[in-house]
Amino acid sequence: MSSGLYDMSAKDFDKTLDLTKLKPYGDTMNDGKVQLSFTLPVPNNDRGMEAARLYSRKMGLEEPNVAYARTLDKEFTFYVVYGSCSHTIDYTKIQIHAIEDVSMEMDEVDEYIKEHIGRKIVVLGASTGTDAHTVGIDAIMNRKGFAGHYGLERYEMIEALNMGAQVPNEEFLAKAKEINADVLLVSQTVTQKNIHIINLTELIELAEAEGLRAKCVMCCGGARITHELAKELGFDAGFGPGKFANDVATFCVKEMVRRGMK
Amino acid sequence: MESKIGLNQELVDQARTSAAHVAEDTQRFIDRHTTVAVERTVCRLLGIDGVNEVEVPMPNVVVDHLTARDLLADGAALRLGNAMAETGLSPQKIAEGIDRGEIDLAALPMHPEEEIRAAISPVVEATLSRIRSNVAKRNEYLDCFGDKKGPYIYLIVATGNIYEDITQAKAAAKQGADVIAVIRTTGQSLLDFVPFGATTEGFGGTYATQENFRLMRAALDEVGEEQHRYIRLCNYCSGLCMPEIAAMGALERLDVMLNDALYGILFRDINMQRTIIDQYFSRVINSFAGVIINTGEDNYLTTADAYEEAHTVLASQFLNEQFAVQAGLPEEQMGLGHAFEMDPDLPNAFLYELAQAQMAREIFPKAPLKYMPPTKFMTGNIFRGHVQDALFNMVTILTNQKIHLLGMMTEAIHTPFMSDRALAIENAQYIFRTMADLGNDIEFKEGGIIRTRAAEVLQKAADLLAEIERIGLFATLEKGVFADIKRPLDGGKGLDGVTKKSDRYFNPFIEEMRKEVRA
Repeated sequence: MSSGLYDMSAKDFDKTLDLTKLKPYGDTMNDGKVQLSFTLPVPNNDRGMEAARLYSRKMGLEEPNVAYARTLDKEFTFYVVYGSCSHTIDYTKIQIHAIEDVSMEMDEVDEYIKEHIGRKIVVLGASTGTDAHTVGIDAIMNRKGFAGHYGLERYEMIEALNMGAQVPNEEFLAKAKEINADVLLVSQTVTQKNIHIINLTELIELAEAEGLRAKCVMCCGGARITHELAKELGFDAGFGPGKFANDVATFCVKEMVRRGMK
Repeated sequence: MESKIGLNQELVDQARTSAAHVAEDTQRFIDRHTTVAVERTVCRLLGIDGVNEVEVPMPNVVVDHLTARDLLADGAALRLGNAMAETGLSPQKIAEGIDRGEIDLAALPMHPEEEIRAAISPVVEATLSRIRSNVAKRNEYLDCFGDKKGPYIYLIVATGNIYEDITQAKAAAKQGADVIAVIRTTGQSLLDFVPFGATTEGFGGTYATQENFRLMRAALDEVGEEQHRYIRLCNYCSGLCMPEIAAMGALERLDVMLNDALYGILFRDINMQRTIIDQYFSRVINSFAGVIINTGEDNYLTTADAYEEAHTVLASQFLNEQFAVQAGLPEEQMGLGHAFEMDPDLPNAFLYELAQAQMAREIFPKAPLKYMPPTKFMTGNIFRGHVQDALFNMVTILTNQKIHLLGMMTEAIHTPFMSDRALAIENAQYIFRTMADLGNDIEFKEGGIIRTRAAEVLQKAADLLAEIERIGLFATLEKGVFADIKRPLDGGKGLDGVTKKSDRYFNPFIEEMRKEVRA
């Protein structure tokens, strides 16, 4: 266990930042400090503590400090562990699929549409499949928006229709055809057993079969959705936590222009 | 009781009277109609259970048969009772005969009503006895162990597999949970039947089936006996099978049921006529079975703004109270809902939350209010999340909320780990212990933010209820007053399951249960 608040151990490692050997930062460059917590299905005793320590070592933590152990049930113990992680990664070699468009604000998006598309665009959104959560799609579409970012319904140049939750993929695409949607937004909140992936894949397949894929910009969003995952599944973009209506709108209108959709 | 926030009692009375008129008006509509779910419930209560060889539940077999022959308007009791009088068979045997195509309820000669009632009455009485003995068993446990003082800690399990749920629920109960809710699999509210048997596959939750209810009840009784506490079991009778699930819960001694037609209309797009009729029977059953209902006002705030729309929560609580009164539900079983969902960036948000909670407490003094934790502004920053949950816990203990759904710091990330629950319980117990009597020591300043806010919300709720009284409940829902969601009278799911009752219609369970619950 730790003996005090101050770390008196000698810091004899190189303290210059080297992005080819990136490590976590605690309070000193390259100290590699991380905190983690986990539960082991064993009783809370000395043997369990040692198991937590050894397990942390195996995860690459040098000198793991099992700061806290607590019984959750007879055979389950919760541990909080601190340690210095030995692993490094080369930051300079990382390739990512990120949306490169710099997000515009609502007024700028409206201006952009007027200038480059010259008509109102039609956006259809829903939480599809059996997913009953509307939180995600509402945050993007509802007039009020979320955290100070107005939703698409408030945009002057966007006709936004939110179908709500538990919309079957077939019904969603039928509505898209009916209203000549330019943009389709799909939200997925429930991700247990990867049901969102199955559902999103089915939507793309149906859209292709219906000939809608090429006619519409298709985006998905949700707590566990990344842009990379979305691209892999065949969507144009994916929006995870911390993305707002204006981020989505910016991508969609720029993508329409990139594709020459008028 | 002296109001700590100086509520205008006249305005409270006025709001309550408006809500009562809305409920009475709606009740006149309810009394003229029945639904496929109501009649399937009658079948279940008459002992019809199981599935046929293609997995169709037997209550659906019978009700589909009645619908196909245009007999639904007479009700299942009349037609099954007639078949019993004619054949001497049990309801289950009759259902099996219908399934095999050997019995056609339309083809049987009609017996006089007295004969039909005489045939069915012993079966009705047997079911009522079973439910009464469940109530007695619960009271016996509560007498033996005593009931929890202060808030009930309410925890959710949601693995999809009833056996895994049991492991999690037992651990949670040992850590201090007083109520275990088994979240239903996503989409179950839209099934127009109740699945059968123990289930191990679900998405975001576990199927509500009678067997799953029985398994979890047995597990919680076991852990409760070890812990010398009665652990309450909660499930969901909302959606297209409201009364059926209420019946299953009554038969298996569930203690708490989510039960709110308004929620189904707004958030599951269930047809308003269908679900308001279903709700009535479900609440009669819950009344009779001693089940605490939980209403879903908290959900309004996941779509609408919690500060701006606070009065819609209060207005809906008044309505839910009056719908419960119509079904004979005692106040002690009215778990009216609300939530701690204000934006953490809003200055004085904690004061507004406190005002809302204290107001609900004073307006519904005997109701075991259900208070829901922050979800909308939980971000994945688990460290801030734990603090948000702590503030929520404080409001509960300061204002004496009763059914306290524990917030998880990992909300918005994943379904809770075992450790997430343990930390949440520790957080709540710490606050409940160290602030146990702080509420009694607090008075709110006249003209202060909290009193002013409460007065404002009450005024707006009373105005809104006066407007609803003028235009009626259905028109209100069409206008999108609640949760910013509009629903058409003839839209949504399940309308085709609604039918007008015939003159011969009777529902022996509503008749008998209403005799014993408060009128």
